[in-house]
Amino acid sequence: MLSIRNLEVSYGDYQVIRGVSMEVYVGEIVALLGPNGAGKSTILNSISGLQSAQAGVIEFDGVHIESMPSHKIVRLRLAHILERRRVFPYLTVYQNLWLGGYNPTVRDERKRNLERVYELFPKLRERETQLAHSMSGGEQQMLALGRGLMADPKLLMVDEPLLGLAPSVARHTIEVLKQINQKGVTILFIEQNVQTAMSLAHRGYVLESGKVVIEGTSSELLNSGEIKRVFLGG
Amino acid sequence: MVTEDSDTRIVTPRRLGGRIPLILLSVAALVFPWVFEDAHTQHVLIMIFIYGLMALGWNIIAGYCGQISLGQAIFFGIGAYSTSFLFANFGITPWIGMLFGVAVSLVVAVGIGLPTLRLRGHYFAIATLVIGEITQTIFINWEYVGGATGIWIPIVWDNPWYAFQFHDSKIPTYYIGLAFLTGGLAFTYWMERSKLGLYFRAIRDEPDAASSLGVDLGRYKLLAFMIAATFASLAGSQFAQYILVIDPDTVFPLLLSILIVLMTMLGGLGQIWGPVVGAAVLLPISEATRIYFGGQGGAEDLMIYGFLIVIISVFYPRGLFGLMERLIKRRDNAGS
Repeated sequence: MLSIRNLEVSYGDYQVIRGVSMEVYVGEIVALLGPNGAGKSTILNSISGLQSAQAGVIEFDGVHIESMPSHKIVRLRLAHILERRRVFPYLTVYQNLWLGGYNPTVRDERKRNLERVYELFPKLRERETQLAHSMSGGEQQMLALGRGLMADPKLLMVDEPLLGLAPSVARHTIEVLKQINQKGVTILFIEQNVQTAMSLAHRGYVLESGKVVIEGTSSELLNSGEIKRVFLGG
Repeated sequence: MVTEDSDTRIVTPRRLGGRIPLILLSVAALVFPWVFEDAHTQHVLIMIFIYGLMALGWNIIAGYCGQISLGQAIFFGIGAYSTSFLFANFGITPWIGMLFGVAVSLVVAVGIGLPTLRLRGHYFAIATLVIGEITQTIFINWEYVGGATGIWIPIVWDNPWYAFQFHDSKIPTYYIGLAFLTGGLAFTYWMERSKLGLYFRAIRDEPDAASSLGVDLGRYKLLAFMIAATFASLAGSQFAQYILVIDPDTVFPLLLSILIVLMTMLGGLGQIWGPVVGAAVLLPISEATRIYFGGQGGAEDLMIYGFLIVIISVFYPRGLFGLMERLIKRRDNAGS
């Protein structure tokens, strides 16, 4: 479904992604792991077009998207939920969701998608007229997920969905992501905590200094000695 | 964008309720020149209308869409020069000149905005600032349009509505200014409640998120800039027809661009009434200091502005309009 080959990204003279190749297959949940500054968010940003790549190929559903602008990529049903949620603070919950269904591919199905989102997150329906900034972190994460789902994505990319959430809220979010996946949405997400990530993902890629250093299934990664070196610097 | 569905939920719930204050304000504005017949008071009101319209435009690009333009004087000047030049040289009615000014302003706005609004960071602010300075220099040296002395609009006594010159009374100028300002406010009101307003605010607050949801940032920022340019150009044309003498130092200075920023921030950035409230507070101060200290290029009014801005941004970040809203709400709560 998503195939990345030899991706290279630089900020000015500084190269942050040094030839990354990855695959995400239909129906999977894939984790992108790695310490701070490894380049995880940069990879997602390059896929969704927020960051331009210097070299490499990104193919989604058979379409080359490496030089496509961000607002067109989402039309291919590839949704990207940014780090720290990025809900529109002074818009209502409803307005946030409405903007999620903005792109022309899904505009006509907005009502149906909204119902689906409300089914998944009943709280958002109750809070429809509330301004987004007045909600708790967990609620904002739900809103961010809901807003992404309004694009009816085939692939949902989520940047650190559990960041800053209380443990019970984080567990609930993991359950919700599993539900979303069971409904047929492929998921690629970023997480710092290996244990947590592997409780959700089928497979994972570990990134270090802009390169994939380990890849494998969840159980392979959990039992890998190499992963301790990456995270603990041993 | 054009297809409006009847979904009322996309409209942000209104905070300040009540049509009565609005009706009272409209009536007051309409009868004002008949009650206060003194020319100086009317003059201050006309200036509030003209600068208020320009500030309403800046509020759309900066307050709603989050892109700081420091060159609104470019469009004010283009508007002023278009009407003056076409009338002085070809006798073309300023009403046509006004439209011509808007057309030129739109072309210039696209020329500035297209390359700079796609970039992140401060490129747009810096570009508008620099281009504003360049424009002023060009006009100072452009002899065909009068160079540094500018244009003296020929005085015409007959057919004032064709010539857009009113020498017997300030009242027509007052109502024209009021009409344009009302148009600007009505546009802002519509924009605030439309999808366009949603896109603008999404771009202002979370550009990456907006882009990743499918909003074409470059296109909507450019649209906001074009609206701002139109407002400034219309204000410039009215200014020229009111003062009847223009030169590059009065219609193109950086100070004018900054003044508009100060007005909007004082009144309330991203608030519909903000620019008008700001203009209504700052312009009388300007006029008063000019009378009190004399017109000799003193910057006393700017010192007072600066002081007010500091106070407002520290204590009431939502501006005077935000403060008024809060007071009204408190009164409503106490009353219920």
